Amino acid sequence: MLRINCPHCGERDHSEFAYGGDATITYPSLDNDDMEAWYRAVFVRRNPRGAHKELWHHINGCREWLVVERDTVTHEISKVSAARDAVPAIESGEAGQ
Amino acid sequence: MKDQVNRLPGGGRIDRSVPCEFLFDGKRYQGYQGDSLASALLANGVHHVARSFKYHRPRGIYSAGVEEPNALVDLRSGDRKEPNIQATVAELYDGLESTAQNAWPSLAFDAMAINGLLSPIFAAGFYYKTFMGPTRKAWMLYEHFIRKAAGMGAAPSGPDPDRYEKGHLFCDLLVVGGGAAGIAAAIAAGQAGARVILAEQDFTLGGGLLSEASGSPADEWLQQQLAVLAALPSVRIMTRATVFGAYDNHNFGVLEKVSDNRPVPDGLQPRQRFWYLQAKRSIIATGAIERPLVFSNNDLPGVMLASSARTYLNRYAVRAGTGILVFTNNDSAYLAARDLAEAGAQVTVIDARRDVAGVLREICAAAGIELRSGEVVTKAKGGRKVRGAAVADYDPENGHVGEVKTLLTCDLLLVSGGFNPTVHLLSQRGNKPVWNADLSTFTPAPLPDGYHAAGAVTGDWSATHAAEQGAREGAAAAKALGFSGSADVPVLVGEPLESWKAPLLPLWRVKAGMKKAFLDMQHDVTTSDVDLAHREGFVSVEHMKRYTTLGMAADQGRLSNVNALAILAGLRDEPIPEVGTTTFRPPFAPVTIGALAGQETGSHFRPIRRTSMHDWHEAKGARFIDAGIWLRAHYYPQTGEDLDTAYRRETEKVRKTVGIADVSTLGKIDVQGPDAGEFLNRLYVNGFGKLPIGKARYGIMLRVDGFVLDDGTTSRLSDDHYFMTTTTVNAARVLSDMEFLLQTQWRDLKVQVTSVTDQWQGLACAGPRSRDLLAGLVEGVDFSNEGLPHMGVAEGLIGDIPVRVLRLSFSGELAYEVYARAGHAEEMWERVTAEGAKHDAVLYGLEALGALRIEKGHVAGQELDGRTTLDDLGLGKMASSKKRYWGQVLAEREGLRDPERPKLVGLEPVDDKARLKAGALLFAESAEKSGHGEGQITAVTYSPVLGHYFALGLLSRGPDRHGEVIEAHDPLHGKVHKLRVVSPHMYDPKGEKLDA
Repeated sequence: MLRINCPHCGERDHSEFAYGGDATITYPSLDNDDMEAWYRAVFVRRNPRGAHKELWHHINGCREWLVVERDTVTHEISKVSAARDAVPAIESGEAGQ
Repeated sequence: MKDQVNRLPGGGRIDRSVPCEFLFDGKRYQGYQGDSLASALLANGVHHVARSFKYHRPRGIYSAGVEEPNALVDLRSGDRKEPNIQATVAELYDGLESTAQNAWPSLAFDAMAINGLLSPIFAAGFYYKTFMGPTRKAWMLYEHFIRKAAGMGAAPSGPDPDRYEKGHLFCDLLVVGGGAAGIAAAIAAGQAGARVILAEQDFTLGGGLLSEASGSPADEWLQQQLAVLAALPSVRIMTRATVFGAYDNHNFGVLEKVSDNRPVPDGLQPRQRFWYLQAKRSIIATGAIERPLVFSNNDLPGVMLASSARTYLNRYAVRAGTGILVFTNNDSAYLAARDLAEAGAQVTVIDARRDVAGVLREICAAAGIELRSGEVVTKAKGGRKVRGAAVADYDPENGHVGEVKTLLTCDLLLVSGGFNPTVHLLSQRGNKPVWNADLSTFTPAPLPDGYHAAGAVTGDWSATHAAEQGAREGAAAAKALGFSGSADVPVLVGEPLESWKAPLLPLWRVKAGMKKAFLDMQHDVTTSDVDLAHREGFVSVEHMKRYTTLGMAADQGRLSNVNALAILAGLRDEPIPEVGTTTFRPPFAPVTIGALAGQETGSHFRPIRRTSMHDWHEAKGARFIDAGIWLRAHYYPQTGEDLDTAYRRETEKVRKTVGIADVSTLGKIDVQGPDAGEFLNRLYVNGFGKLPIGKARYGIMLRVDGFVLDDGTTSRLSDDHYFMTTTTVNAARVLSDMEFLLQTQWRDLKVQVTSVTDQWQGLACAGPRSRDLLAGLVEGVDFSNEGLPHMGVAEGLIGDIPVRVLRLSFSGELAYEVYARAGHAEEMWERVTAEGAKHDAVLYGLEALGALRIEKGHVAGQELDGRTTLDDLGLGKMASSKKRYWGQVLAEREGLRDPERPKLVGLEPVDDKARLKAGALLFAESAEKSGHGEGQITAVTYSPVLGHYFALGLLSRGPDRHGEVIEAHDPLHGKVHKLRVVSPHMYDPKGEKLDA
């Protein structure tokens, strides 16, 4: 069982969270038509052995998406931050209409 | 009832004032409180308690603890029966019932013992060789008989009448093991100020110290420290609590056997409790387990670990024999020999070593023990009980065993092959133990961060050292945790034997004699099985383990692993560390599935969500159905009605007059903020930017990979306030995705989203008379077609209850949804249904709801299955080309645009009477009915309007095939039906009723 130190709620069991995938992904901006870029963002993953950043959603807590820096070998969690501060910004370009 | 023939008149840690009567295999015996079932059986002279797994050989009590491979019994009876319980850890209580298992017709005469004679064919690999390949079919024929013949106890067939619980525990420091090291560690850390949990699997603290005579200096130390512990509020002592697993982040699994010491749990107590334990640091003080010596017939009842015989003597006041042979390769067995001799037994020590320390010779001389050094036992003699042993000379230089020189008689044959640290929990954490050549055993590698070890688990067998080490590690752990208080743990004096350091003579097996020599007694694996595995090429330790099944029984090879590894290393002619060791995995000891499940069984298996109107539906006789974790009203049967007749009546009535249904389970999300409109516009494929206040719009959203995620309606309540509904099952996913997008992708948008599913409860009011019904009830809303047009939203009052009215339709009829706050919902429902009585209204459930939408061709969960695109569902035209939305780009992937994709169609049977089933596969009329066909039926209903069954389905190129006759193949029910492909929108295709 992992323990995740939510920056808002404190340290909690991972059963309060839902795993949300790779946190290092940069999604294309919404007006980007490049299918290759969307394909890479949705389907291509590094699956590293060792240090990794991943998204967890504190569904049974503050409902914030978090970036958890976890070692995939030892499960050691070195850092937890709110995703709104830590996820790579979408590529530049005006989204929407 | 017989006397306790082997019970000594005094001593021990049993409470003679509390006699316990118990049953074993139909016979009545007596023991005392403080006994284990095994000690009580031995006190009564019962050695033969079991038959072995494969060969059905007689087996006795081999040990005094959790390492026991043989003495497995059924505990309790009826539905409380629990099979495969080690008699050595089962706590005796008055009224205990136990039976021998795996023997038929009786323990004494077991017909299956013929397996022993057939043993050559049951050697390792028998099943693979006999039942794989061309003869595999034979397995089908013989499996039943083989499984019956080979096995353990049988589980009871009824449900377990007892309760189990789960809980969470937190502490600064977990100390695993309540022996000298664990006690000292808990005191040291507890006195320093740390919150400590001391977990011990036994029902009392003491560990190895319990095997010292009561009144000895070691016992005095124990009693003093127990008093100190009891007065330390920072230490929580958990007995009967096995730490069975060590997991990530210092989580531990603990099984507390709360009530296994009574026939029925007291009051509200559970039988067992499973704890998730979260510690900051831990001290592993799990001790060590004695290693057997391996020779022919070493599994006979009456062969026992030497330290265990000492435990029976000193802890339970049971002298397990009177003429005792002690076969050893190390010093520790002399303690058992001495204590048993002093208790009046005739003892002979057979030591494989030629050089025996002077102090040991003195002990033997003083206690009247015959010492035979440089000799080994080659074979145990006896039938259902050991009667003697063959002894031969042994050459430690080359392992050569001489001719049998004498036969010694005995009624107990003790063995001691050294000790193995109990490294299991550390091994579970990936700590591969290292070979210690001096001790001839595996000891823990450098420990993972946050772990400490103390006592015999480190390979130091001294109790004095264990207490010192425990105190040191306890203080170190407390300091590392930031506790600075001082601690004082007295030195444990009275080491029972000073010469522990004398070298052990590695002796993995006595290679002599033709009879079976057992390594893993629980799985009936012999030395010759390991030889065979090696001969056939299974030379890796992991392969040998799986080929022979050595170490794979419930005892996890606690007694067998090291001997087997060493034998394999010898066969490979390599040093033991080169051969390596297998990895121990959780659980350390068997865990009841009931404890892992806790109270999450039956109707508590998962939470059940009920709408505010649930009780009302129930009172009206509604039948319910699971929809995700919701319970929804399925149909409202009238007298004599079944599901079919009820939903057909409900459906017909909705179309004719008006129906009222509970739609509270729909996901509801409140979307607020100055950018809420822009957010919805990015989320839905269709435009939401210009939705006027007071209007609702049907919307579809995609996943980022381009498939349809969900649909629903969203209403605009004010400039920056929207009310979204989702499907019942996707509500949580949709909210999560919205939060993801707002928090990570579109951080520029000022929007808040909140689930209001439970806060707003709703009803659908559908049918030609729905307007009349609501207009007479809801104040403040103009129900005229102009006042509240299709997709209009208004707020009004029912009495003094504020309600939100949405004019929208899932059924194709003139229809409304009315929402109220949860606290008012039941009253709203009562008022609407009461008003409904004036309009000949009907209550309709989920089945009729489904029937109405199928007739109308509305998609729902069956079609939104995560594999369909907008075009598949015939909704491609909804996608806006004037804006960008989530999932847009990948929806254009070639495969998602393939014209051959199955697309939504209506399907009606050529034969009006045919009853269709959802899930049937669709094939062209002449096509061979194999494979997955060209699509499938997704939803089926009887359509009262059409007068026959009607289905929705996904069919390859379906929209181009209207009019074609195809076939639905239902292999599950063995049916094929001819269907005509039609439009999915069979009811009121122009939507005239909606706008009426």
